[in-house]
Amino acid sequence: MKKTPFNEIHRQLGAKLVEFAGFEMPVQYSGIVQEHKQVRQSVGVFDVSHMGEFFVKGKDAETFLQRNTLNDVTKLAPGRAQYTALVNEKGLLLDDLIVYRFANSYMIVANASNIDKDFAAFSSRRNGDVSLENASDETALLSVQGPNSVATLKKLTEVDLSAIPYYHFVEGKISGMDAIISRTGYTGEVGFEIFFKADGDKCGKMWNSIFDAGKEFGILPIGLGARDTLRLEMGYCLYGNDIDETTNPIEAGLGWITKVDKGEFVGKNAIVKAKENLTRKLVGFVMDENAIPRHGYSIYNQAGEKAGVVTSGTFSPTLETGLGMGYVETSAAAVNNQIFVDIRGKRARAHVVKLPFVAKKN
Amino acid sequence: MEFPSNLKYTKDHEWVRVEAGTGVVGITEYAQGELGDVVFVELPAVGTKLQQGKQFGTIEAVKTVSDLFAPVSGEVVEINETLKDSPEVVNKEPYEGGWMIKVRMADASEVNTLLDAAKYGEMVGH
Repeated sequence: MKKTPFNEIHRQLGAKLVEFAGFEMPVQYSGIVQEHKQVRQSVGVFDVSHMGEFFVKGKDAETFLQRNTLNDVTKLAPGRAQYTALVNEKGLLLDDLIVYRFANSYMIVANASNIDKDFAAFSSRRNGDVSLENASDETALLSVQGPNSVATLKKLTEVDLSAIPYYHFVEGKISGMDAIISRTGYTGEVGFEIFFKADGDKCGKMWNSIFDAGKEFGILPIGLGARDTLRLEMGYCLYGNDIDETTNPIEAGLGWITKVDKGEFVGKNAIVKAKENLTRKLVGFVMDENAIPRHGYSIYNQAGEKAGVVTSGTFSPTLETGLGMGYVETSAAAVNNQIFVDIRGKRARAHVVKLPFVAKKN
Repeated sequence: MEFPSNLKYTKDHEWVRVEAGTGVVGITEYAQGELGDVVFVELPAVGTKLQQGKQFGTIEAVKTVSDLFAPVSGEVVEINETLKDSPEVVNKEPYEGGWMIKVRMADASEVNTLLDAAKYGEMVGH
């Protein structure tokens, strides 16, 4: 099992460690609900060093990314980031990604579970003057999220953090160490993702300086458990749950990043076809009974027929109710439509809602 | 981690405390820690007949759901109504306020098949 550079710190903090995407990762420290509320109300830190980072260079890098990701890379100015996805020829999702544009190169951030698959796919599609580097093992990534993230990090840097808009980034120093400081995250709160080289004693120094700076805000380490409940309250997709190689971006609600008018790209024809013949849709739903939906539970329509499946479900610490996302037939997908979730043999009432479940503040 | 010696334990992490023919049932300190924040406890109705080792309810944490197994056979005579609105009591006081059901035991000798505190502690590595 792989370890992130913060593994020993997690152990010392008494985290509950689990295997996730081939890494030993902290699922919780003090408890999911407390960690979740800490991020919504103040500030918390996630070790997400398991995520993948690829660097793309060469004069054909833009053309390469334009052909191999769904969003329109030509819209990216230096210092901006873009949510996008990688699909296969059938238009099915291999991964969802964030692409960062530097002056003369790009960085792709990929899900940990897909690092090898994505890098192989990008490598096999390489064309012209394009070089690819997989820097995942050398790159540490801490995500500092919550309303007090700016006040915490501004003690550690001369960069004007409040001047970085959402989905923008700067290269600067945090606690004297070179870093990419990105106004992104997976929580719906104001927050920053800090990428830096994981060499020497930098990781421990970075961790400690952030926790010292956040002490007055009660800063806490946050595990994958709360990362999941925080993202689900925002209706953000999790690769492997809500999207995978059986789903296309249109039914997954990712039409907004799928720029079919930008020219040719891998999977385009299949996606255009899928768009004309949409049979199911990923929707958010809230339970109307005291019950918690879970991944894999069946969804039924009002006629009592199977209408889909739950892809993500949880108890929401903010709304204090069961909620989830799932694919349902398009006839059952309208907001406010009543559906039923089979909770271990009992059909519990739920209704479709507009996402996000909880208002975004990022 | 605490495993009171006046309780008997199942391999599935329930405990039972016998009080004049009635078994008070809950889950252990170890179990609540493994589950994490408990958000929902589904218990049987009063009057339900339970069989030792068979499922009597469900406990849900934020990210996990687990079945609850009866440590003894008998009839449910009381359920802990507090858990309906405050399931987190199971985390805070697994052996006191977090009790789940009281069972009028059908066979008092069944408790002899359960683990004592030392054996249970050994099983969970504490």
